[in-house]
Amino acid sequence: MKNYLYSIILITVFLMIWEAGARFVHASFILPAPTEIAIKLWELKAELLLYHLPVTLAVIAIGLGISLVLGVILAISMNISETLEKAIYPILITSQTIPIIALAPIFVLWFGYSIWSKVIVTIIITFFPITVSTFDGFRSTSKELKELFQTLGASKRQLFFKLEVPSALPSFFSGLKVAVPMSVIGAAIGEWLGAQAGLGYFSRRMMTQFNGAGVFAPIVVLSLIGILLFITVVLLEKYILKWRRS
Amino acid sequence: MREQNQKLALQFKNVDFHYKNDAGGIPILKNMNLSVADGEFVSIIGASGSGKSTIFRLIVGLEEQTGGSIYLNEKRVTDRSGKVGYMPQQDLLMPWRTVQQNAALPLELHKESRLGRRAVPDLLEAFGLKGYEDKYPHELSGGMRQRVSFLRATLSGSNVLLLDEPFSALDAMTRLFMQEWLLEQWEEQQSTILFITHDISEALFLSDRIFVITDTPFTTLKEIEVPLERPRRQQDSDKKEVMKLKNNLLEQFRMRV
Ligand SMILES: Nc1ncnc2c1ncn2[C@@H]1O[C@H](COP(=O)(O)OP(=O)(O)O)[C@@H](O)[C@H]1O
Ligand SMILES: [Mg+2]
Repeated sequence: MKNYLYSIILITVFLMIWEAGARFVHASFILPAPTEIAIKLWELKAELLLYHLPVTLAVIAIGLGISLVLGVILAISMNISETLEKAIYPILITSQTIPIIALAPIFVLWFGYSIWSKVIVTIIITFFPITVSTFDGFRSTSKELKELFQTLGASKRQLFFKLEVPSALPSFFSGLKVAVPMSVIGAAIGEWLGAQAGLGYFSRRMMTQFNGAGVFAPIVVLSLIGILLFITVVLLEKYILKWRRS
Repeated sequence: MREQNQKLALQFKNVDFHYKNDAGGIPILKNMNLSVADGEFVSIIGASGSGKSTIFRLIVGLEEQTGGSIYLNEKRVTDRSGKVGYMPQQDLLMPWRTVQQNAALPLELHKESRLGRRAVPDLLEAFGLKGYEDKYPHELSGGMRQRVSFLRATLSGSNVLLLDEPFSALDAMTRLFMQEWLLEQWEEQQSTILFITHDISEALFLSDRIFVITDTPFTTLKEIEVPLERPRRQQDSDKKEVMKLKNNLLEQFRMRV
């Protein structure tokens, strides 16, 4: 807890300044005070947590899940074959230059207001860090250890599971830690651009009603999801890479 | 001296080898012959870059000779992977595996019977690793890491062990103890050891014979018999004949610096 002391102080100061500023400006539809947001959050808790949250969580879970599978498969393929690496890598980079916000309405056209338009947005922005860092992890496998396995008569399969996978894990987790908060952003953007439910959608609806506190309340929930997911990954990483603890 | 039978553990017959590069190749071995008897302790010394590690890489099958043949236990073996215990220049332990898991890797790769695995706890004790079974490599001293690496080579189950400068990273004191310890293990396990070092005293203290690489590429290695009885103690190295040999060798290398 002591590690977070300075952050907590900083956030508290920031919130106090915000509170004072908001009361001074007195235009809650553009700048709601933190206390107003908190009150709004409490009023809307049932609707936000029971109705909109599950919708957004589903987008995050499906999007992140597909990204994981896709990213790991791409990384393994590029690791196995140099030809595949040369084919895939440039496309991978290019995919990151796509302005997703501009493209998202097209996904809405294709998939309607179904969950898939949001899932696609989430996948596009999360699979990249997972793929690249997992691939880098495979590549970081020590050449000398590979040779040692070879001199012990290890099969390709043993080399992969007993050497390359453990070598790639630390890097994989770094990628996952980047991807997880981005998945929340992806889901929110997707919903913002076309949805009938979800935290992003709710925030946007409040915007059209000039309800400032109502815009912020779901955003608070979104960032809490991001923090919780991040902590989960960190704990999982600590557990799986327990050898790094000294 | 330990009894050596006439069986050969290792033999090079007319072996040629060169590394490929843009200019065609860097020749290392030319029509090279070498034999090591079963149960022998042989050191290879030579300047760095003279091709010592290359000899080992050929024996373990990481490099393929361009001509000639290599015999293991008097059998010509083309696929030599998994046939020889090899301890590379760095200790090369996997940081995510404990001492025990690192050492037992060869058994794991070969789905060894329970019988093989049962020997591991005893060996861990013999190698001075009791109580450290579940520690990770970064929690060990340099000498301990070397012992784990050596235990792993031993567990490959081969009678021939190749040790590439195993003690070069250790401090002088640890090094002396490790040398005595290595000799004990060698006597105990009746193995054949090929030992690379660039430390002349180390080679003299440990070996029955020393192969000296004076030129690269090489056809034969200069052989030196060490005139010391076994078992040996560190102070034996101070004997007159040994000192003379040492000075001779030093003189030879001095010319090439
Ligand atoms: N993979 C390789 N490709 C090309 N040249 C190599 C390779 N490995 C070693 N060499 C060269 O072969 C020579 C012998 O190397 P090495 O056997 O490692 O020497 P030593 O172990 O005696 O220091 C050196 O000149 C080295 O540069
Ligand atoms: Mg070397």
